[in-house]
Amino acid sequence: MLNFFIRNRGQIASLTLEHLWLVGVAMAFAVIVGIPLGILVSRNPWLRKPVLGGTNVLQTIPSLALFGFLLPAPWLGARADRLAIVALVLYALLPIVRNTYTGIMSIDPAVREAAIGMGMTGNELLTQVELPLSAPFMLAGIRIATVTAVGVATIAAAVGAGGLGELIFRGVAMVNDQLILAGAIPAALLAIVADIALGAVEKRLRVPNP
Amino acid sequence: MSSTDESSGSSPVIEFREVGYKLANQSLLCDISFSVSAGETLVLLGRSGAGKTTALKLINRLLTPTYGEIQVNSRSTISWDPILLRRSIGWVIQESGLFPHYSVEGNIAVVPRLERWPEDRVRARVSELMQLVGLDANLRTRYPHQLSGGQRQRVGVARALAADPRILLMDEPFGALDPITRAELQKEFLDLQRRLRKTVVMVTHDLHEALRLASRIALLDSGKLIGLFGSQEFAHSQDERVLKYVSPFREAALPI
Repeated sequence: MLNFFIRNRGQIASLTLEHLWLVGVAMAFAVIVGIPLGILVSRNPWLRKPVLGGTNVLQTIPSLALFGFLLPAPWLGARADRLAIVALVLYALLPIVRNTYTGIMSIDPAVREAAIGMGMTGNELLTQVELPLSAPFMLAGIRIATVTAVGVATIAAAVGAGGLGELIFRGVAMVNDQLILAGAIPAALLAIVADIALGAVEKRLRVPNP
Repeated sequence: MSSTDESSGSSPVIEFREVGYKLANQSLLCDISFSVSAGETLVLLGRSGAGKTTALKLINRLLTPTYGEIQVNSRSTISWDPILLRRSIGWVIQESGLFPHYSVEGNIAVVPRLERWPEDRVRARVSELMQLVGLDANLRTRYPHQLSGGQRQRVGVARALAADPRILLMDEPFGALDPITRAELQKEFLDLQRRLRKTVVMVTHDLHEALRLASRIALLDSGKLIGLFGSQEFAHSQDERVLKYVSPFREAALPI
């Protein structure tokens, strides 16, 4: 087993990098879209149902099916990695949007009122009070989304987007356990490392609690 | 230290003119008129739900009146830029509403920093205020949850005073404190007020606090202003509606 890893280290390393790239790019987009969306929902209560409901529905679609659905889309279907990233973003939205929203709503109304009463503008309230106080919630969402994305990204190989899933699918097709593990073990390690790293950041962001 | 631009003292700093406030067709305040002159402490007294806090929030435009108008410095609150209005009024609330993610310094410095004071001036002001409200200098880097209730409330007062506003609004500022700390802070408030002469509107449901701190007392009941009284006048009033409010306190008072 170890020999197998050592012999194929070049390929495993490059597929791991590819995997990381898919997840990294997807998470960047998911954060760029998800956090403003969460803020928007906290500002406009009528958006809560459609947005949270919509992202919820997205997450109930089985990942293999989601990749399949997106395949015929004109711009997406043209490049496998593009398609994979969009699918991963759609999956990551729910935890990020929901946690951003929950984080902002969990702020003590007295604190928000104090901020307004002291003369903060809407922007100052957001950047000085709401975002810092809800940052741990947002990070928890990003953490869940990232760990999930590392797993889901293995399916991306089914549409030819590469990543560690490629080894797994090949292993399944060839009934070769070593090949499956060569994809699965690094993917699991990636998820664990991402979880620990983001957990550490989350801890640092947390307001010192009583 | 405080501004002396209106030394005449004749024109009121805050004036309610026939003010009403309705929420979902329920009248929370009804035909309220009174004025507060420079340097006095007006206490809004009444039971829970009498409309005291609502009246307070109308002054810094956290709420806008359904009818009538409130003038602050002879200008209707609705013609003020709300941000400017609020920054020119200090605001102290129960449990202080301190920002949990800011240190003592950060909390006191909120308005000066919003006003983009130079950083050395902000720091000097924070030191000055901490001394003024009796906070030990080594508390500067602590966070609100590391403070006692009394210390938190002192930070709340310092924060409200930070940009040296003429007006101070206080919503049950000492309500969450134990009786001894409360008595201490009331005394300190009186000392502070003798030196600073802010125009203060304070909400409380505690009769003794009102009698101790007020220049005048406005008694509210179910959204209506029962009347305005001097402290002594209120304590000895034979007005039936005042007695109704005062007598439960008399009955409960221990002979000490």
